Amino acid sequence: MSRWLSDPLLKVEGLTMRFGGLTAVSDFHVSVGRGDITALIGPNGAGKTTVFNCITGFYKPTQGRLALARKGAASPAAVEALTRSGSRFATLGGSELFLLERMADHEIAHRARVARTFQNIRLFAGMTVLENLIVAQHNELMRASGLTFFGLFNTPGFQRAERAAVARAVRWLERINLFERADDPAGALPYGDQRRLEIARAMCTDPVLLCLDEPAAGLNPRESAELTALLRSIRDEDGVSVLLIEHDMSVVMQVSDHVIVLDYGRKIADGAPQEVREDPRVIAAYLGVDDEAEVLEAESEMAGMAGESP
Amino acid sequence: MAAQQDHQRPDMARALVDAGFAALVTFGLSFPILALRTEQDMQNRLVVEQRWSWAIVAVVAVFCARLLAGLLSDWRARAVAIPGALIGVYGAHLALTVGPANGAGIVAFGLALLIGAFPLDARLRETPAAVAKPNVEGPDHSRLMSIAGIVALFVFPFVMLAWLGPQGSLKWINNYGVQILIYVMLGWGLNIVVGLAGLLDLGYVAFYAVGAYSYALLSTTYGLSFWICLPLAGVLAAFWGVILGFPVLRLRGDYLAIVTLAFGEIIRVVLINWSDFSNGYAGISSIPRVTFFGVPFTAADNGFAAMMGLEFTPIHRTIFLYFLILCLALLTNAVTLRLRALPIGRAWEALREDEIACRSLGVNTVNTKLTAFALGAMFGGFAGSFFAVRQNFVSPESFTFIESATILAIVVLGGMGSQIGVALAAVAMIGGTEILRELDFLKRIFGEGFDPAQYRMLIFGLAMVVMMIWKPRGLISSRTPSIFLKTKRAVAGALVREGQG
Repeated sequence: MSRWLSDPLLKVEGLTMRFGGLTAVSDFHVSVGRGDITALIGPNGAGKTTVFNCITGFYKPTQGRLALARKGAASPAAVEALTRSGSRFATLGGSELFLLERMADHEIAHRARVARTFQNIRLFAGMTVLENLIVAQHNELMRASGLTFFGLFNTPGFQRAERAAVARAVRWLERINLFERADDPAGALPYGDQRRLEIARAMCTDPVLLCLDEPAAGLNPRESAELTALLRSIRDEDGVSVLLIEHDMSVVMQVSDHVIVLDYGRKIADGAPQEVREDPRVIAAYLGVDDEAEVLEAESEMAGMAGESP
Repeated sequence: MAAQQDHQRPDMARALVDAGFAALVTFGLSFPILALRTEQDMQNRLVVEQRWSWAIVAVVAVFCARLLAGLLSDWRARAVAIPGALIGVYGAHLALTVGPANGAGIVAFGLALLIGAFPLDARLRETPAAVAKPNVEGPDHSRLMSIAGIVALFVFPFVMLAWLGPQGSLKWINNYGVQILIYVMLGWGLNIVVGLAGLLDLGYVAFYAVGAYSYALLSTTYGLSFWICLPLAGVLAAFWGVILGFPVLRLRGDYLAIVTLAFGEIIRVVLINWSDFSNGYAGISSIPRVTFFGVPFTAADNGFAAMMGLEFTPIHRTIFLYFLILCLALLTNAVTLRLRALPIGRAWEALREDEIACRSLGVNTVNTKLTAFALGAMFGGFAGSFFAVRQNFVSPESFTFIESATILAIVVLGGMGSQIGVALAAVAMIGGTEILRELDFLKRIFGEGFDPAQYRMLIFGLAMVVMMIWKPRGLISSRTPSIFLKTKRAVAGALVREGQG
């Protein structure tokens, strides 16, 4: 049995998102396995980013339940109990359960620990690389600074927390080979470095689930290979589950454990990379329907219409 | 390369055509505005008054200025020649209309500037324009500078007192020292909201008013002393900052600006109309004056002068007020600088850079915005209660929109987020308007009826336009990082965002 079914970190049930009359995502069911790299693929406009925005709280879903179980799977009964209780999260029998559809975006990042990056890079361009990584540790530092009061007087506790935050930032800078540029403004970095920095910044929030929106977009083959290695190390060394949207199929097939295909807001395939690649519906969605079949269909329609006319 | 040289060399024919065209446009514009003017005569009839000389002066001035701009390639030479030409044209006009004796000197002065500009231009063209120096201010160097500056500010009143005596120094300490420092403090307070958090606030004067009325009402109604009212005024202003903050949390850009503008007006209009509370237009007078920690600045036996064994003069109170506002301003600066290095300050700046990214990192943007509004308002409240104790009279007239605009102009002119830039801008804006009153020698040039202070807003507007062309990001546009690993390098202004709201 695959991991996303036996030990799901995130369980999305019946997710529907409507914008006025447009249904961007409809009745979407999926499980994201703990410790997996899960890829969400599909043609342009399929609703992938909408799913991301619902998971990370930037959109409130029209319908659906997004249950995230930290520290071990939650029983369906526990999820039901929490849903009925009306609260947003609970600790039930060793598992911390969060209902993401009820939480605000910053709460999802802070409490449920879901971090994300953006399709169009959203770094703090006017702040230095180091500052970007320190802002990511805002909540920890805020607590250490006693909501600013202790920080004003630079108490030893706050100094310790700040040193720890810098140490974590330095560790990440070394991992993404940007240590030398720590004091440069983030906006001055080359594109590929900015992509990596955004991932490092998300990782500095200490997440359990990292959502990456097209991390390989605009990267050259060498940078893509580095990205693949980075994603694997995030999964294997940091034990963080990764959910990514990606158009670069070589990256998807190399790195992912689980692939979900979305088309017109509906899930059309879900499984291991090999199965998905051979699925005829996926091929149809990507390459279009076979021409001959379409021609036949059109001809039969014409014939039908001719028969009806007097 | 050769083509570039050609391009740089002034071209007489092209400059003439360009200047002629500019003069034509000027004529088209000035003809209905300057040359023809309708006035009502005694019988209430409209008569057309013709002022062709005005239009001609304008056209000639524009022609000369445009021609010089075309002929001179270096902006520094232009900056000398164009005013020279304008002064020359004005002198010629004076000579023709009033009398040759009045204008000859001015014409000569203008011509001297004009002619001097050409050799200057030739020299400047040979030497390449100074390459902008990389910003490598060592931390020790800037620290030394700021300590020297603070020491200079503390000895300033005593130097003035020793130099000009109690009578002469009053103007310098009060009109320059205290007045500028109030605006420095207001600028620093607003800098938290606008410069750091990137929230455009057009109604900052509301918090200044809240602070001023807090002291005025608490001291006249309950007899509370200034030192008790000062923190209360700060707390009340911060409270109103939060009240303003809640409805504008979701607003950005123009919408935020309009709501904050309206908020500033609401406070003022309430103060005007709620007469039972604030005594309306008449304001609140005889607010207790500042005391030296309980010792009044009076000529009485228990006064400050008697206690210190000094001869009584009103300057003692002014000097005390100077130190009071200096300490308040330095407190504002110290707190702001410290907050910048704390998570809350970094969150403000991150909010200015990208609000959505902030939310994705778990930063509670609601709290972040509200603390920025509250802290900015608190310092505005402190400044307001200082204003009340200094004037010992407050009325809604003091808290009009133009005050908000001035404070915002100081922040924008200084370079959003830069503490020293805001201080310099306050000196330039407030000190600059004060200094216009001192320019008596201009009366000798422009005639007795000329009052430079009347041209305050014109000069102010012109200065803003010039600033926006030369330094669109303010005097100090670069940003100092709040934390660094190896070297502290300033972030270029072009990379720093101004915030969406």
